Amino acid sequence: MGDFLVFEGISKSFGELKVLDNVSLSIEKGTIFSILGPSGCGKTTLLRICAGFEYPDRGRVILDGKDITSDRPNRRRVNTVFQNYSLFPHMTVRENISFGLQMAGFDRSRISGEVDRYLELIQMSDQADKKATKLSGGQMQRVAIARALINKPQVLLLDEPLAALDLKLRQRMLVELDWIHDEVGITFLYVTHDQGEAMSISDHIAVMNKGRIEQQGTPVQVYEAPTNSFVAAFIGDTNFFETEITSIEDSYCRMNIKDFADGVIVYNDKNFPQGSRVYLSIRPEKFVISHAEPESHRKRNMVRGVVEEIIYMGTHTVFWVRVGDYRIQVRQSHDRFLLDEKIIEHGNTVCISWHADNCYILDRYDERDESLLTLPDDDVTVAPENIISAGK
Amino acid sequence: MKRPNSKIPELALSLPTMGWLVVLFIIPTIVILLIAFRTGDPYGGIGDQWTVENFSELANPVYRGIMVRTVVLSVLTTAICLVLGVPAGYCLARAEKKKRDFLLLLIIVPFWINFLIRIFAWKVVLHPEGIVKNFLLLIGIVNDQTLLLYRPGTVLLVMVYSYIPFAVLPIYAAAEKFDFSLLDAAHDLGANWYRAFYRVFLPGIRQGILTAILVVFIPALGSYVIPDIVGGPGGEMIGNKIAQKTFIDRHLPHASVLSSLLVLAVMIPMTASLFMKRRKTVGRGIIPG
Ligand SMILES: Nc1ncnc2c1ncn2[C@@H]1O[C@H](COP(=O)(O)OP(=O)(O)O)[C@@H](O)[C@H]1O
Ligand SMILES: [Mg+2]
Repeated sequence: MGDFLVFEGISKSFGELKVLDNVSLSIEKGTIFSILGPSGCGKTTLLRICAGFEYPDRGRVILDGKDITSDRPNRRRVNTVFQNYSLFPHMTVRENISFGLQMAGFDRSRISGEVDRYLELIQMSDQADKKATKLSGGQMQRVAIARALINKPQVLLLDEPLAALDLKLRQRMLVELDWIHDEVGITFLYVTHDQGEAMSISDHIAVMNKGRIEQQGTPVQVYEAPTNSFVAAFIGDTNFFETEITSIEDSYCRMNIKDFADGVIVYNDKNFPQGSRVYLSIRPEKFVISHAEPESHRKRNMVRGVVEEIIYMGTHTVFWVRVGDYRIQVRQSHDRFLLDEKIIEHGNTVCISWHADNCYILDRYDERDESLLTLPDDDVTVAPENIISAGK
Repeated sequence: MKRPNSKIPELALSLPTMGWLVVLFIIPTIVILLIAFRTGDPYGGIGDQWTVENFSELANPVYRGIMVRTVVLSVLTTAICLVLGVPAGYCLARAEKKKRDFLLLLIIVPFWINFLIRIFAWKVVLHPEGIVKNFLLLIGIVNDQTLLLYRPGTVLLVMVYSYIPFAVLPIYAAAEKFDFSLLDAAHDLGANWYRAFYRVFLPGIRQGILTAILVVFIPALGSYVIPDIVGGPGGEMIGNKIAQKTFIDRHLPHASVLSSLLVLAVMIPMTASLFMKRRKTVGRGIIPG
């Protein structure tokens, strides 16, 4: 289980630049596995190592039990959908799709039948004789997928396949990709810098930063339980708090946050000892904001603050609440919004509360990751597509 | 400032080029064709009567051999220039910038030396007492009697030497624009190195190759300095005969007949390539090979 395609301690440098640093991943057969990370973090390099265009300095790639680390690209049962598609410009759609089968030496009638099937799969039978250069972005994308899939690879590598498409088309192609995956049942290794894409299509996500895997797990795991500040800030949005653990209460702990009057109680699943200075991540939608003080509860934390900014976004509202030095982002979806008498307004003093299970103590914190967060001063609002529909 | 009017008909825009072509190419060609139908006069000028007599000059069996040699040498020159030029263009395009600039400079540098001097240099190099001959003698490939100069092979060597930059440059220009990730794509789809090169790289630089063929083959057909200097009687080409008719025999109509033959030899491959292009654009719907 879980070891159809394995990267074992892959490291790779280009000259002085260390692009991959001891990357280990294990990918289950038939799943969609995403590698998610900001651009320049080494995603393409990892894919190229898997496809055979680059060789790692250290580590091994194992596919279906065989070490393929030093096999030539044309000897691997792996095909790639390239970042810019790389369709052969002098060939038609049909010629592009049949290329792999021609190389494999199938006879003409067999090729032609297969190509027809795949043209149908990508719904482009009527475009078969168009030159590759005459296609729209979405069409090129589909041809690139068919051209790779027709070879029945053990793993299909997709390098930011939707990055070049506009938003609407991207969403449609995402659904289509998922559908194609269900249809062919081939393992997909999907690389993207777009968290929404990764979240919605993947069975499993590895979050990558600066050549290292920061965390891996299901989309729900990486979103709901980020282990470090990078993952917490890169996927979705969050609030960070600097804290010190003052006491341990069973599997929970109490901690002090500067400017918070009372201590807060937090689920301590990693058993940090008393006295640890740790960082806490709380996602904006985990807060509840209200005028009145909520009913107190042993595992509910509460703090008072002043509303500094309100951004109405339709599906929800973003409040920026000032508590001492902190500006806390709170997202609230609406319930009987227009009927509610106590609409929260700018300058109101409010209570924000959250449950002890709804926040995470981070293993690792890096101040630089704060730059990934949305700030109230960015007048660009949080785009609706950043709202995550976790899982599939 | 007014923006140039995009309504100016294409014809008007191409007029300068057309004018250039008409004045410097078409009119001289027609003049040559006309002279081919005039009688000669005893002082080397052009007579005042029309005749087709001049064309009987072609019956002279000497020309058949020379014409065949001219075409064979030109085709071989072009072929060798391509065989060497395509890998050279590939390497240049893939080399990193600093190295590439240096290599390009190496290709250009010989142009700073006069063409004639470079050809004469070959004469020195290949001279019976020259360095190459002595070396080959030393390792026992040739004997004392072998002549390196004054043979068709020598003409071929020097022609390839002279024309290869003209092949490399357009091929390099095309290869530089070629998207090399397409070769990765080809490998990814199971093509080995040779097939990726043949099925993806060559079609990708097709325009550069066609240009290279034209700029090597046409001047090669008309070569006259090279065979004149290193060819000797056994390496004569049609260009030498034209020169001989013009300057030594002083019979312009005969020279014109030979020139017309050369024009014909140039026009045939050009029209053929135009025709092939036309057929390509008419559209094909079948998978090739
Ligand atoms: N062939 C190469 N030579 C030198 N540096 C490279 C090469 N390929 C990638 N890099 C560098 O490696 C880093 C990671 O690149 P890449 O894997 O393409 O990142 P991503 O796909 O995540 O955007 C980048 O800084 C890039 O400049
Ligand atoms: Mg990339």
